[in-house]
Amino acid sequence: MKRADKRTITVIMVAVILIAVIPLFILKGAEFGGSDDAGSQVVESIEKDFEPWFSPVLESMLGGELPGEVESLIFCIQTGIGVGIIAFLLGRFVERKKWEKKQPPFGN
Amino acid sequence: MTRQQKKLFVLSIAFAAAFAIVPGANAMHIMEGYLPLQFCIAWGVICIPFLVMGFFSIQNKLRENRKNITILAMSGAFIFVISSLKIPSVTGSCSHMTGTGLGAILFGPGAVSILGIIVLVFQAVMLAHGGLTSLGANTFSMAVAGPFLSYGVYMVCKKCKVNRRVSVFLAAALGDIFTYCVTSFQLAVAYPSESGGMLASAGKFLAVFAPTQLPLAMIEGLLTTIIIITLENYAQPELRDVGYLESK
Repeated sequence: MKRADKRTITVIMVAVILIAVIPLFILKGAEFGGSDDAGSQVVESIEKDFEPWFSPVLESMLGGELPGEVESLIFCIQTGIGVGIIAFLLGRFVERKKWEKKQPPFGN
Repeated sequence: MTRQQKKLFVLSIAFAAAFAIVPGANAMHIMEGYLPLQFCIAWGVICIPFLVMGFFSIQNKLRENRKNITILAMSGAFIFVISSLKIPSVTGSCSHMTGTGLGAILFGPGAVSILGIIVLVFQAVMLAHGGLTSLGANTFSMAVAGPFLSYGVYMVCKKCKVNRRVSVFLAAALGDIFTYCVTSFQLAVAYPSESGGMLASAGKFLAVFAPTQLPLAMIEGLLTTIIIITLENYAQPELRDVGYLESK
């Protein structure tokens, strides 16, 4: 990888981490949760006696909400599947480039 | 601008940003059962042509060259990863990104609608996040509207000869924001407020979504740029096949 690109990526990484972490430190004591609920709350504030007319299939099968720990497990599985695919393919690309450098193509 | 002016400018932005931090809350996809039936059906129907188009566009890309599947898989995997990460935002609540920008830039918006709906179904069934009844509406906002805007922004930037990486960043970030704007609009159409009607209602939903999503959109833009830089370094032949880089 080019030197300049490495530097760009490092700078971007630091920026990403800062953007993600800073709110945690500035807003001490904020909940950082209920991300789903707020939109629903706005709906309820507009339509006073609102009842969702359909509940998630999984929840009605379980007879309740998915336990928090299990939910985070499934989120992790989702991340894992994605990272696995990306890492596998990227690994192949990187290795290939190494070999191309070592071994000039036939005919040269 | 002189150095001093630049410094002042940056400081003023930081100042404004610091004061914009207000605890609040937000939402991501439209929840199960929160969209009236007729709207669920309507949004679903609107998505169908895009999905069909996406299916054919993927088929064409793969017929052109089987190897395109590697980059396609990566774009899909990127959506999987990015949309599973809930990130704290300046409003004191968490939200997640869409990750659809990368695919839209590399394959065009059609193909992304298929990749996006896979993720949405996974989350709706496994996580009760989003929903099967609101699948149509969520597909439209995340897998159709967002990617189309990303693609448009990228193309405009390309025409105007903006630096390629900057245009990737802009395309991904704006696409992310637009997804949430569309979500607000969808909710507003379904729930116009009594005083002020649809517009007032749209403003209400936007006020909930936009501030939370802004920093996340920046993160999405930055992450997409990282992936693109890496691919430009290691996967040039593939990027040429896909049409992102000009062929030699």
